[in-house]
Amino acid sequence: MIRAITLALLAGIAPAAADEIWVTNEKDDTISVIDTETLEVTRTIPTGERPRGIVFSHDFSRVYICASDSDAVQVMDPASGEILHNLPSGEDPEQFALHPDDRRLYIANEDDAIATVVDVETRRVIAQIDVGIEPEGMAVSPDGRIAITTSETTNMAHWIDTGTHVLFANTLVDSRPRHAEFARRGTELWVSSEIGGTVTVFAVADQAELAKIRFDIKGVHDDRIQPVGFEFTPDGRTVFVALGPSNHVAVVDAETYEVVDYILVGRRVWHMAFSPDHRRLFTTNGVSGDVTVIDVESREAIKSIKVGRFPWGAAARPTPKEG
Amino acid sequence: MTALPDVPAALAPGPGPWLIALRAIVAREALRFVHQRERFVAALVRPLVWLVVFAAGFRSALGLSIIPPYETYIPYEVYIVPGLCGMIQLFNGMQSSLSLVYDREMGSMRLLLTSPLPRPWLLMCKLAAGCAISILQVYAFLAIAAAFGIVMPWGGYVAVLPALVVSGLMLGALGLALSSFIRQLENFAGVMNFVIFPMFFLSTALYPLWKMAESSTLLRDICAVNPFTQGVELIRFALHARLEPAALGWTLLAFAVFAGLAVRGYDPARGLAQRKA
Repeated sequence: MIRAITLALLAGIAPAAADEIWVTNEKDDTISVIDTETLEVTRTIPTGERPRGIVFSHDFSRVYICASDSDAVQVMDPASGEILHNLPSGEDPEQFALHPDDRRLYIANEDDAIATVVDVETRRVIAQIDVGIEPEGMAVSPDGRIAITTSETTNMAHWIDTGTHVLFANTLVDSRPRHAEFARRGTELWVSSEIGGTVTVFAVADQAELAKIRFDIKGVHDDRIQPVGFEFTPDGRTVFVALGPSNHVAVVDAETYEVVDYILVGRRVWHMAFSPDHRRLFTTNGVSGDVTVIDVESREAIKSIKVGRFPWGAAARPTPKEG
Repeated sequence: MTALPDVPAALAPGPGPWLIALRAIVAREALRFVHQRERFVAALVRPLVWLVVFAAGFRSALGLSIIPPYETYIPYEVYIVPGLCGMIQLFNGMQSSLSLVYDREMGSMRLLLTSPLPRPWLLMCKLAAGCAISILQVYAFLAIAAAFGIVMPWGGYVAVLPALVVSGLMLGALGLALSSFIRQLENFAGVMNFVIFPMFFLSTALYPLWKMAESSTLLRDICAVNPFTQGVELIRFALHARLEPAALGWTLLAFAVFAGLAVRGYDPARGLAQRKA
């Protein structure tokens, strides 16, 4: 009994004593914090309007949140949940990527057809780059030289030189590209196309198309198979792809580009994040308002956790170090 | 009948004769089951057709909303498995009752009922025999379902055994109770129509209760009080290594009621004999 009370008190003093997954709830204007061991929501933190993209600084001392309808990127102290300040982001920021230098934030401004580069230290806009209509996905290469944004309506991946902030290439992809990620130590670029129902793989060196991955789920109409977010395992061999209203996550062999499995999750799966130990994967299911936990090794959904309305983005935060 | 050579031993005092009767009745039921391969195949094919054809046609791939004991979304074919286990036991219970009606027509029941042992014990033996057969069928079905990729948590395959015993006894007792009222083999078709189908369709075997409530709350309530629903839910939770006390309680209660009716029906003073007279 005494032990239980002590534990409860300790928990009250230090709520973040475990690895966490932070999920943005688009309709509730909140973040749900999930304990990766107990698989329960431990905190719900208010944010600006329509939070979507979420990313932590490299030392996890700050968390950046795209508050799309507040036209701001908010900077939050993850320990207290307080908003420290807003960054100038341009209108309707949806997704962003943090440069390896931990300073430059590349933001896609969906309504303005531009990509905004912000210095998170000086809180100033460094550059605004004209890209295609409705930019959405954003990625920065591991060496920091290339930034990618995908435009939903122009159906292109735009290649930005981060030194000059000039577009040096545009590659066509299938209809409504959503998400982009660099793979194989920056030698490949993967782009998902929501309406096209495909994921396209490019060679970064010459922007040539290497492969196009298609999906086919027994009993689900092709129209419902809409690839959105995806994440690579740390060894780079496997990639999990969220397939939107098909309510499934595909498991793809990143070396052969073959789909090896499909996992049933909640309704309209958007994005996902691995737990810091990479044993579990947390998918945000927009319509069903929950997060499905997948055991990475067995590739089985083990639980779905209720969060706020329309969960969208997800990011992992490891247990904070003492002191 | 196999019990015949043991007749002298059966007259001896002590628990011996009781066990001999149990062994004889179970052996006869097992023998009958082994000899009727078609019955075994039919018992497996019926739920498999439901699993493969019905579940596939039910937009199975998009998942069902989460209800206990499930912790995440499940495809429809996973949902339907406990109901089909129940279906096997329901049909088996009815088949046992059919065999009793047959025995009565052929005269072999008279032999059974001339045993000096108490009649409730003989009925209990018959129940245990039918239940054991149904459990074999269910495990064979679960093995085939696993081969189709519908695998339950490993603990569930062990935990489901006691649940199957309880639900099997309950459905077997229902069959026994019915058999005491059915005089002729031809009437069995009526039992199919008026007992098996409503019991199966008005239960959680095919749809969860909330789905039933969408069309009518009355339908939901009927489903909730259906003893078959309780048996299926007991199996469903057990397959996920969990105990559902309410389902267990209701199933045991239904078993007690059906067993009571069966004992009464086969009581020479009140039931069968009097009606025959």
